[in-house]
Amino acid sequence: MAASAAAISQSGSLRGSPLSRLPDRALRIVLTALAVAILTLIAFFFIRLYVEARPAFARFGVFGFTFNNDWDVSRNVFGALPLVVGTLITAAVALIIGVPVAIAAALFVTELCPRRARGPLTIMLDLLAAVPSVVYGLWGVFVLIPKLKPAEQWVTDKLHFIPFIGGASVAGPNYFIGGLILAIMILPIVSAITREVMATVPADHKEAALALGATRWEMIRTAILPYSRAGITGAAMLGLGRAIGETIAVTLVIGNAPRIGSHLFDQGYTLAAVIANEFGEAANNPIHRAALIAAGLVLFVLTLLVNAAARVFINRRTALA
Amino acid sequence: MNAVLRPVSKARKRRDLAMRASLGLATALALVPLVLVLGYVAKRGLGAWSWHFFSTDPTGSFLGDPGGIKSAILGTILMVALATAISVPVGVGVALYLTEYGKNSWFAKAVRYFVDVMTGVPSIVFGLFVFIVLILSGGVGGYAGWKGSVALSLLMLPVVTRSAEVVLLLVPHTLRESALALGSPRWRMIAKVVLPTALPGLVTGSLLAVARAAGETAPLLFTAAIVNGTSLNLGQRMNSLPVQIFTDVGQAQDRLVARAWGAALTLVVLVLLLTLVARYMSRRSRLT
Repeated sequence: MAASAAAISQSGSLRGSPLSRLPDRALRIVLTALAVAILTLIAFFFIRLYVEARPAFARFGVFGFTFNNDWDVSRNVFGALPLVVGTLITAAVALIIGVPVAIAAALFVTELCPRRARGPLTIMLDLLAAVPSVVYGLWGVFVLIPKLKPAEQWVTDKLHFIPFIGGASVAGPNYFIGGLILAIMILPIVSAITREVMATVPADHKEAALALGATRWEMIRTAILPYSRAGITGAAMLGLGRAIGETIAVTLVIGNAPRIGSHLFDQGYTLAAVIANEFGEAANNPIHRAALIAAGLVLFVLTLLVNAAARVFINRRTALA
Repeated sequence: MNAVLRPVSKARKRRDLAMRASLGLATALALVPLVLVLGYVAKRGLGAWSWHFFSTDPTGSFLGDPGGIKSAILGTILMVALATAISVPVGVGVALYLTEYGKNSWFAKAVRYFVDVMTGVPSIVFGLFVFIVLILSGGVGGYAGWKGSVALSLLMLPVVTRSAEVVLLLVPHTLRESALALGSPRWRMIAKVVLPTALPGLVTGSLLAVARAAGETAPLLFTAAIVNGTSLNLGQRMNSLPVQIFTDVGQAQDRLVARAWGAALTLVVLVLLLTLVARYMSRRSRLT
């Protein structure tokens, strides 16, 4: 002790020699370089996608490529509107079905279920996210499509007066099946984030509502839902981002017809699915390849915007998303 | 005051009960697909399982014995292992930068934001990117297992980084300060105090990323995939479980579909095991 104290007083400072600080510097530089590399990577990512997609944008125009309703590989004409529309329809179906169920499940798990059931229920909801996309696709093709077809036909017959939904003849693979599978796939993430948001509602608010004589449901409606509304919106938008970008399951159940379907139970196509299906054969046709990369870029920008918007609503960082 | 304390009316009680019941029903509804998917995969998959199924490669013969999924299992394991070897050190490194050096500087905030952005990028776009950079540009040959690993590692990177940052932030500041106060340099403090304390949590995050990568098809389609491949060399095109399932479903032949269900069960068992081990690890962690 005395010796080291003497050493300190001799060197005049608690800091080690410049040599002993070398590893410290090195570590700091390496870690900073990694962080810089991530940013560079993303910029590089965007630029390379854009450069490779440019032939398609040059031929059809950015606007023309995105909004022309004509995707025909045999004529080398690429207007992505059918894909954009398919992506939006399936994502909308996914949100309409998935989000209410996800919120209800989050409410039930955090507020209503017995404490002992909370853990197992949470794990089971999270396991929905662990099932690989291709397995959902496999199940969709061989179970969901054949089993649901009569039910879909029944619904569309009964609702024949509603445009886009009623009076259709149901195709096996269709927008609705794609949306339903997406709903199942976004459910765990929307539910998990909603749960986290609801956990931040101050106990005071809930207790105050209950103390004023509110029933459980009234407490949820007056204390929990208003407080977590922004977070729930953000969770739904993250789900939307997932639904837009999901590829393999949708590719298997959407029908892969590059046209705008006439109704909800018609075959269609999505941006992600067209890339998965056609890219293998497009490698030797530069304009087709450029068109598919352009589709990827549109997808990238779309998910980027949706996710950026979601971040505005969820300002807390979560480990889950 | 009286109005508030009056007993809850019948109508309100009924409404409360109805809403509670429908929330419970919706939760049950949410779990129906899980039970159905796992049930079907187990039922149809077990029918396809046999020693032959695991010990042979896909033959690709048009008729007769389609072969098993040996190369798919090994391909998945090899490619995911390489992807993990790339993404875990980088991801944990970036997280360390954020918690130990960057903290709340504008640069650290930018990195955090873009890591978030990366989590939202669709997996197929990562596949496109790797195709463009490593295959289209030439110089490094065609499809190869290691390129698939690169695509998977891009996908895993944000997952690892975010979960690692959360865990590293849970390491108490007093521990860091004690190490520094004892005269330890920063790198020793990180290596001997921060990382060991956070280890179970880091393992959990990494395992969850591994589970996600193992189930991904899209990034492998145009980077590594090959129909009926048998190679176990990361320098060549490689088969994998998800791609095997995807191509078998596309063939729509009964014997190939049977193989797809068998492969799906294998994949689901693998992924669920990883997920459960990850959860077990996180429960053992002392940081909460």
